Amino acid sequence: MIEVKGLSKRFGDSLAVDNISFSLSKGEVLGFLGPNGAGKSTTMKMISGFLSPTSGTALINGDDVRNKPIEVKRAIGYLPEGAPMWADMSVGGFLNFISSVRGFKGNEAVKKVQNAAELTQLNDVLMQPIETLSKGFKRRVGLAQAMLHDPEILILDEPTDGLDPNQKHQVRQLIQKMAYKKAIIISTHILEEVEAVCTRAIIIAKGKLLTDATPQELLKKSRHYNAVSIAVPNIEKAQEVLEELASVRRVQPIGKNWLMAFPKNKEPINEEVAQALRSARLKINEIRTESGRLDDVFRTITRHS
Amino acid sequence: MTFFEPSRDIVESKIMRTTLTIFRREMAGYFATPLAYIFIVIFLVLAGILTIFVGNFVGQGHAGLQSFFGLHPWFYLFLIPALSMRLWAEERKTGTLELTMTLPIRLREAVVGKFAAAWCFAGIALALTFPFWITVNYLGNPDNGVILASYVGSWLMAGSYLAVGAFISATTRNQVIAFVVTVTVCFFFVVMGSTIVIDFVSGWANDEFLEFVRYISILNHFAGISKGVLDLRSVLFFISIIGLFLTLNAIVIDRVRSN
Repeated sequence: MIEVKGLSKRFGDSLAVDNISFSLSKGEVLGFLGPNGAGKSTTMKMISGFLSPTSGTALINGDDVRNKPIEVKRAIGYLPEGAPMWADMSVGGFLNFISSVRGFKGNEAVKKVQNAAELTQLNDVLMQPIETLSKGFKRRVGLAQAMLHDPEILILDEPTDGLDPNQKHQVRQLIQKMAYKKAIIISTHILEEVEAVCTRAIIIAKGKLLTDATPQELLKKSRHYNAVSIAVPNIEKAQEVLEELASVRRVQPIGKNWLMAFPKNKEPINEEVAQALRSARLKINEIRTESGRLDDVFRTITRHS
Repeated sequence: MTFFEPSRDIVESKIMRTTLTIFRREMAGYFATPLAYIFIVIFLVLAGILTIFVGNFVGQGHAGLQSFFGLHPWFYLFLIPALSMRLWAEERKTGTLELTMTLPIRLREAVVGKFAAAWCFAGIALALTFPFWITVNYLGNPDNGVILASYVGSWLMAGSYLAVGAFISATTRNQVIAFVVTVTVCFFFVVMGSTIVIDFVSGWANDEFLEFVRYISILNHFAGISKGVLDLRSVLFFISIIGLFLTLNAIVIDRVRSN
């Protein structure tokens, strides 16, 4: 559904986006990750047809964004960075405008607006001017705008920015619920979001695509992957015991009575660790296996770029 | 460039519909804030004061609106840029330009829709000066055909100021800059035909250039109109100015997108 081919954008002397290619099909939710200024937003602006690429292009359902902009814009629902809106309009007026521009008339237009307002829980503020809304509400109005025509493709630039934890949860649920029938790209700084909703993640830094993998594959790259944390009363003794194990690379005290053991080959070592401590007659208060941390991976990958 | 792209696949009515949707949104935007009412009040008060004190409306000794219309080129010089300055600069600054340009809206639909709304709004303010017309009809026997022609001409002139202002507003994110530059450019268009400029130019330029300077002078074209002569050449002049600057407006917005 989305095919990005060698997309590049030059601003003056600097290359904001450098030869990015990927494709996305129905049912996939792609998380766009990268440090600030990595080129995430610029890439999204090019796919959605706002900025024209310096070279390369994006195909949406086979339509080239460079010469079929209107077809592309019909197929896409786009939430721009910062969710810009006409502040003096009311929420309802704004959504009516969007549905009219999207070509809906009469009853259908009313239904589309109601549906979008329902999904994003905006029914109570339809009459309110957008400028009087909190950041979270504004973001939801932006989402309602992007989803109004039930597009096959959603491009959401930081959809949960400024939302409180409950609202974030709602938005993620919303994305998950419709994911099976759409191709979705979201950019985010929040790594837990990638684990929560994305089926794939792309990390870009300084305009270059560094990684394109599933969140599980990324987690495997974490140094914490399959590490074991243990709460033990006798920390010194336990550390000695665990350091003897062949499968353990390193043991590190964490806080007052926690130890973390890192495996050598990222293989599971929880059984082995538990057994070793038991045979040394050491008491174990608690034992946990780490599933890996995306922020580790994110930092490692983007640091070397 | 999308603006010049032919639109074979789209029926004409659909284009009109989108333009109309944008027009309505813009129009509602004017009246959503006190801005519209303040603008109209200032417009009417200024029109009244200038006509009575500067135009010598009362002392002119005959019933007509020539003294009222004669001031319009100067009067618009400040009021129209105040209306046009936010047209694109605000959209660029707040990012709504990105929203507009990622909806299925053609550039020309946005340019025409926004301009048309501003022009209609200026038309409403102008139409609300009708008490002047009632006054002269009450006081004497004016030629109402002349007055109507002057109103149409004045509205066309307002449109050309607006088109210039819309183009300049597209080139910046700063409304104050848009205002100042628009006033300056419109001033230039107005004074082109004044005796000082003509005398200065005729000292060294050839006849063709002198003719050109006269032709692009708003003051020259409006002089006839304020007397009630709606010369086709002048009408064409104002319409070409509108067409030219709206095209430039679209080109500038397209350039903003490619960078």
